[in-house]
Amino acid sequence: MRGLPSFKHGVHPPENKEITSGIPSKRFPFPKEVILPLSQHIGMPSKALVKPGDRVERGDVIAEAAGFISSTVHATAAGTVKSIELWPHPSGQMIPSIRIAVDPNSSQMRRNRIVPRWQDVKDEDLSKEIAKAGIVGLGGAAFPSHVKLCPPKDQPIELLIINGSECEPYLTSDHRVMLEQPEMVYEGIRIELKALGITRCVIGIENNKPDAIEVMRNAKPADLDATIQPLTVKYPQGAEKMLIKAIMGREVPSGALPSAIGAMVQNVATAANVAAVFQSGHPLIERIMTVSGRGIRKPGNWKIPFGTKLRDVIEHCGGLTDDVAEILFGGPMMGQAISDLDVPVLKGTGGILVLSKDECKRQDIMPCIRCGKCLEACPIFLNPQWMKELAKAERYEELVAEAHLNDCMLCGCCSFVCPSNIPLSQYFAMSKTQLKRLPKS
Amino acid sequence: MTEKTNVIITASPHVRSPDSTTKIMWSVVISLLPVIASAIYFFGPSAILVIIASVAGCLITERMFGSNPGSVADGSAMITGLLLGLCLPPGFPLWMAFLGGVFGMGFGKLIYGGLGQNIFNPALVGRAFLQAAFPVAITTWPSGTPHWWNLQGDNFALPFMTPMPDTITAATPLGNLKFGDDPVATPVLDLLLGTINGSVGETSALLILVGGIYLAVRGHLNWHIPVSIFVTTFLVSGLFYVIGISQFSPWFMLFSGGLMLGAWYMATDMVTSPLSTKGCWLFGFGIGLLTVIIRIWGGLPEGVMYSILLMNALVPFINRITQPRLFGTSGNKKGAAK
Repeated sequence: MRGLPSFKHGVHPPENKEITSGIPSKRFPFPKEVILPLSQHIGMPSKALVKPGDRVERGDVIAEAAGFISSTVHATAAGTVKSIELWPHPSGQMIPSIRIAVDPNSSQMRRNRIVPRWQDVKDEDLSKEIAKAGIVGLGGAAFPSHVKLCPPKDQPIELLIINGSECEPYLTSDHRVMLEQPEMVYEGIRIELKALGITRCVIGIENNKPDAIEVMRNAKPADLDATIQPLTVKYPQGAEKMLIKAIMGREVPSGALPSAIGAMVQNVATAANVAAVFQSGHPLIERIMTVSGRGIRKPGNWKIPFGTKLRDVIEHCGGLTDDVAEILFGGPMMGQAISDLDVPVLKGTGGILVLSKDECKRQDIMPCIRCGKCLEACPIFLNPQWMKELAKAERYEELVAEAHLNDCMLCGCCSFVCPSNIPLSQYFAMSKTQLKRLPKS
Repeated sequence: MTEKTNVIITASPHVRSPDSTTKIMWSVVISLLPVIASAIYFFGPSAILVIIASVAGCLITERMFGSNPGSVADGSAMITGLLLGLCLPPGFPLWMAFLGGVFGMGFGKLIYGGLGQNIFNPALVGRAFLQAAFPVAITTWPSGTPHWWNLQGDNFALPFMTPMPDTITAATPLGNLKFGDDPVATPVLDLLLGTINGSVGETSALLILVGGIYLAVRGHLNWHIPVSIFVTTFLVSGLFYVIGISQFSPWFMLFSGGLMLGAWYMATDMVTSPLSTKGCWLFGFGIGLLTVIIRIWGGLPEGVMYSILLMNALVPFINRITQPRLFGTSGNKKGAAK
């Protein structure tokens, strides 16, 4: 593994990817009902365009973007709008959501949509088409892609970095995208490059996916200026700043966007979905999700329509084992624990993990012994030991001004390594929430 | 599937490394077993008695005054007891060893709030207390007796009775070279193997080295600290040796006295050493420098204990000046630790 580019610090949790990495993705059956929250992305909630009783076809627009940083929502299955009501959301909140009773007799064919050839679209209009398709970053944050593809004018992008690192343990959805749809990924890369007005791209893939590296190398079009860069297997290699450091050898300045050093990172699955927009008019209504963990009887990779309830996913995957302990959306390092089986899977859901008791043992919290392992783990070079003291004392102003809380990306490396099991990144997540509540002075 | 399933709802991350503080502590104890075994081999029953007395002092104090009844099980009191026992002379009166353990634990650790809160290494606080209270007993090094099962010196002396009625004492290699009538440097091989006079567990540099490397490989010990101490000690004492100021050769410096035990086991105490790697190098440099200075010019033959304690006091300062550089910046201007 030595010699491959990477970043400093970080951790290496057990990968557990072998559970699902070899299982090809299959289409998930349409559930009886889909729940589509108006907030599936970062930014303003979308504005509903349908009302109860409306008939919708699969792929129809049911909510439009409310403002620039927002996203369009499409019906993920044909059926009738039942209601628009508050519904449990993966974040733990109740969010206004459109409930659609799926028509069991529908063929679930998408309505034909006429899309322009991307080659014929003006560079700056490409992002508008992408916005119409409701594409958001599929790496986990679900930031609207059309916003990202319009970087500040004074910070021109020079290099597109495609993120195929998938550093979260268990998750294999990006891995499957690279194995199953490499030509779609490349098509998406071409479109994104055109939208940015540049030609060069690097695809970063962690070295624990040699088959994906090979498939991507073989599928690379000869005329595309793309390099496939195997990367050291280390968490959080897929974090934007870490990936840029590994590939460009440069650090994104604190508080700035990657565009400050001319870089843009897009996830492989996002690229594949961008290609789908122009190939078939396919908006973002489903994606490959990994269902894994020792707490689920039949793990696998599934192409699941958004809005499918967790309950239906678990049921179709053989149900829970008796020693189930925790259900997560996302990976074990940054994923969200889910408390309600009625929560729907969303655009940002890369995986559904059902962890057994052995996988997430509860451990007693011991006093901090100032071993410094958290400092050695933090990829952003923060001092979690000191930040924890500030957070405990609720000294939030110092936490931001002196300990740089805003640079913390809550990757969880510090909590992972802490031998005393102190919930460090949990303290920081709580501090960030508290700071949002404080009145701006 | 049941309607109600008991699942955990926690904030991320949901997985943890298998390392735990308790595991680290007990693996330190395990790594000291060869050293203890060699102590028994060299000094017979006296060695084990002194160790047991100081361990008992530490464990009883932790159990009585610790933050919770289970805190004895975390292994840190055990380590303090073992380390204190290992740096006492084999003929040391047991009641003094016990008292050292009580003092080290009580005033070195518990008074600050228990595990993780102390500034000074508790074992060394105990030893410093004994050095101040019983300066004669702690520098009385019995010469070997003809049979190893004999007691070395006056282990069973009663409190406050006149100790050491008829012990034949001999100098340690450091004391001999510094204060002896006929200063001769002990061969380095003897220092390595431990066939010399000295404290219970400080004589065999080789076994301490083995235990220390075992811990470093397992990631339970910050190797930057001992390496920094050794490099500094070697270079500084080498310089003084070459220009003729001191009679201690650098190799002799490295393997004599308490430097091995101190560097591998006491300076590396996580609680009382700096957080960052940079800080650890600075910390080790200070210990090495002070050790050489005290050994050459100080009033005592050995300086490791005071060097570590002095540098312990500087740890908060070292932490403040060695704040990590924030990612994406050229330096850390605002950062400051408590």
